[in-house]
Amino acid sequence: MLTPEILFAGLINGLMAGGIYVLVAVGLTLIYGVLHIINFAHGSLLMLAMYAVFFLWRKPLGLDPYIALPVVTAGAFAAGYLLYRALIGHFSHGKDENTLLITLGLSIIIDNASLFFFTGDTQTIDVPYAGHMISLGPAFVALPKIVSFVAALIVCLLLGLFMTRSDTGKAIRAVARERQGARLVGIDVERVMAISYGIGIACLGAAACLLMPTFYVSPTSGHAFVLIAFTIVVLGGMGSFKGALFGGLIIGVVESICGLWLGEQLGQIGIPLVFILILLLRPTGLFGAAR
Amino acid sequence: MTRGGLPFAVAGGAALIAYPWAFTSNYAINVGFLVLFAAYLGQTWNIAGGFAGQTSFGHVVFFGTGAYVSAILHVTYGVNPWLAWPFAALAGAFVGWLVGALSYRAGLKGSYFALITLAFAETGRILANSLPITRGGLGILVQADPRAANFQFRDPIWFYYVALALCGLATFVAWRLTRTRFGARLAAIRENEDAAQALGIDTFREKVKCLTLSGALCAAGGTVYVQKYLYIDPWIAFGVDKSVEMLLVGLIGGAGTVLGPLIGAGVLHLVGEVTRDLGNMLPWVTNAQPLSIIVYGAVLIAIVAWLPDGLMGLFGRRYSGERRA
Amino acid sequence: MLEVRDLSKSFGGLAAVDRASLDVAADEIVALIGPNGAGKTTLFACIAGFAKPDDGSVRFLGQNLTGWPPHRICAQGIARTFQVTQPFARLSVLENVMVGAYQTTPHRREAAARAEDVARRLGLGRQLDLRADALTLAGSKRLELARALATRPKLLLLDEVMAGLNPVEVEEIVGMVRAIHATGVAILLIEHVMQAVVSLARRVYVLNNGRIIADGSPAATAADPAVIEAYLGHGAAARLTHGGARA
Repeated sequence: MLTPEILFAGLINGLMAGGIYVLVAVGLTLIYGVLHIINFAHGSLLMLAMYAVFFLWRKPLGLDPYIALPVVTAGAFAAGYLLYRALIGHFSHGKDENTLLITLGLSIIIDNASLFFFTGDTQTIDVPYAGHMISLGPAFVALPKIVSFVAALIVCLLLGLFMTRSDTGKAIRAVARERQGARLVGIDVERVMAISYGIGIACLGAAACLLMPTFYVSPTSGHAFVLIAFTIVVLGGMGSFKGALFGGLIIGVVESICGLWLGEQLGQIGIPLVFILILLLRPTGLFGAAR
Repeated sequence: MTRGGLPFAVAGGAALIAYPWAFTSNYAINVGFLVLFAAYLGQTWNIAGGFAGQTSFGHVVFFGTGAYVSAILHVTYGVNPWLAWPFAALAGAFVGWLVGALSYRAGLKGSYFALITLAFAETGRILANSLPITRGGLGILVQADPRAANFQFRDPIWFYYVALALCGLATFVAWRLTRTRFGARLAAIRENEDAAQALGIDTFREKVKCLTLSGALCAAGGTVYVQKYLYIDPWIAFGVDKSVEMLLVGLIGGAGTVLGPLIGAGVLHLVGEVTRDLGNMLPWVTNAQPLSIIVYGAVLIAIVAWLPDGLMGLFGRRYSGERRA
Repeated sequence: MLEVRDLSKSFGGLAAVDRASLDVAADEIVALIGPNGAGKTTLFACIAGFAKPDDGSVRFLGQNLTGWPPHRICAQGIARTFQVTQPFARLSVLENVMVGAYQTTPHRREAAARAEDVARRLGLGRQLDLRADALTLAGSKRLELARALATRPKLLLLDEVMAGLNPVEVEEIVGMVRAIHATGVAILLIEHVMQAVVSLARRVYVLNNGRIIADGSPAATAADPAVIEAYLGHGAAARLTHGGARA
């Protein structure tokens, strides 16, 4: 039965996972806030990044995911930037639904290309410290989870500093607030949008490195993640960083507690239910701007 | 379809009826079934997504509901599948009503509506995967007992005609939408909801009616699937692949047109076959199936980007319009 | 037939409409004028059901329809046009008007016949099969009118229907509005184009900062100092009377 100890452990584990979800959601909400694109390919791109981490970890490279983090993040940024320039940028000016369909098409391509090239097997990585358990009160938490949690929050903090202190960050925020006005003051809006998309995907690169020590990856992972990411962003409010932060942690906990309470199969229902409830009751989310 | 289209419709219908007599191999008949069935499901999507502009990403929720309701009634409760069929449609109508009433009461439209339908479908999948009544991840296996009275046919030609009949029904419904007040109101809602309201249209009620209708028809397809393949599981019933297929069939042909889904199903099948064949020719390929789905994704992007009115759009009118005299 | 009493509507603390009252009798053409931002469209929105008033009431033919949704208000006999035309872009002109005609009949042939008749009366006879988004601005305004008219309203709310039209087009629409009125439809119109107001309206309400500051004949309100000040600024009325032509 659900004793307080078990609940506490569930809470802690949920928070740990939530930290990484925050990173995933921040990318999505940034892309929406600046580009007004609902990036349906977000989950698939995360899955791709996780495969990248997997292949980097495999012999002959044998790169530890935490060490690979800067590399994967930079690579993800480049990939996102190029993807925007080559494909998404051409369609980011149309109707909302159309860009949603285009990113849906992109996710289909990525998911099935992965299925084709990597086969349907799930892949995991083994890191030497994976088994280390740290006790936090009555709960035992795997060391990588704590490291990932802390790392995720550090990356968010760095991103936050970048957005507020750097010129590019300010330009991004300007474009998010008022695209035409930004153009008029000389900001290269197209470049800013490409950079924003790149940053959004870079977050996925970082998240992938932090997820792989304790998660698995398979071509169907994209589906699961995209719904989680959207739920967080809708819960927190589209375009809101604060929302992504709180939303990510809340969803991590909801997922964990639901899994404990309803079992592994039915517990998955927590996420889509939260998503449905938020859309029905408060579509602007906790911190979103009124529609 | 305009008044002048009647001869073409009759000719087309006759051709489809005659098809299994011209192409008698089991393979050809099964292809015919697949295309007509896909056209049918796409048409049910088209009713909501094309005519009323309610782009749904989770239409499979209706299909899955119908499939499971009839499978459970038949396998667990011994109900004859022919009898279970209308109940499946009714269940689909109920789910359509529920999704519509909730979503539209909350004022959801466009992308938000698309996403919530996805969440409903996912909820359906998880429920089907976890509840004892649906046998969870094992799925439900229907005992093979090929008698007509049992809605199972040894000769695939009968399933072909069932699919043809359903397709004809759905296409007829779509055609009626172009000639009735209900359809005109849905078109108005699609184009401009505020203006529609100002002209006396209760947009909430019409949209819910539309989704209820679409849900009922789509669910009926679920029963046919179970009776043909004798197996259903949460992924088949509620997986996002089928939603995408329905959406694609509707969009490629031309959303909001009567014949669009038929064309779309044909084209999509052709593209899929060709891709699979080409893929299998490559020496290292064991399973070319994902390749054809990759092409589906590319086709989706291409249609949205360059042919938003679908293939029917190439012929001029994007909607089936009124013609005088 | 239309009685608006003490209608108020605020947006985030700013009163867009402040205790406005007006009447429209069944045989009248009444104009609602006022400087930009006065709250005219908000008042219309409250009457037509597109905004819920915070206070006050709207009665039509004795029925209190304050806060009703737009489709029910249309069913009662009030039709409106939009300041920025809202055509059903991809439908034909005829189909557009048919949507209005369907309000009072479920039958396609009847709706098509009535729609065609209304469209022809408004000069759209040659464009019946044209897509609505292919019309010129003047055509688009006529379509807006035709569509609203097809619902067989008792009261027509026209929101700046003359905006953007050249004087010739204005004259044409004025003629059409007069003809519509002659068939027994009451009209309440928001207008900036004074030529139209003076030709059409028997009575004029002037709205400024959400409040009705004057009502009466067009001539009387034009001379009203409060109205002059609303348009030309504080002290303008005094300057006008003292300075004559030099104002």
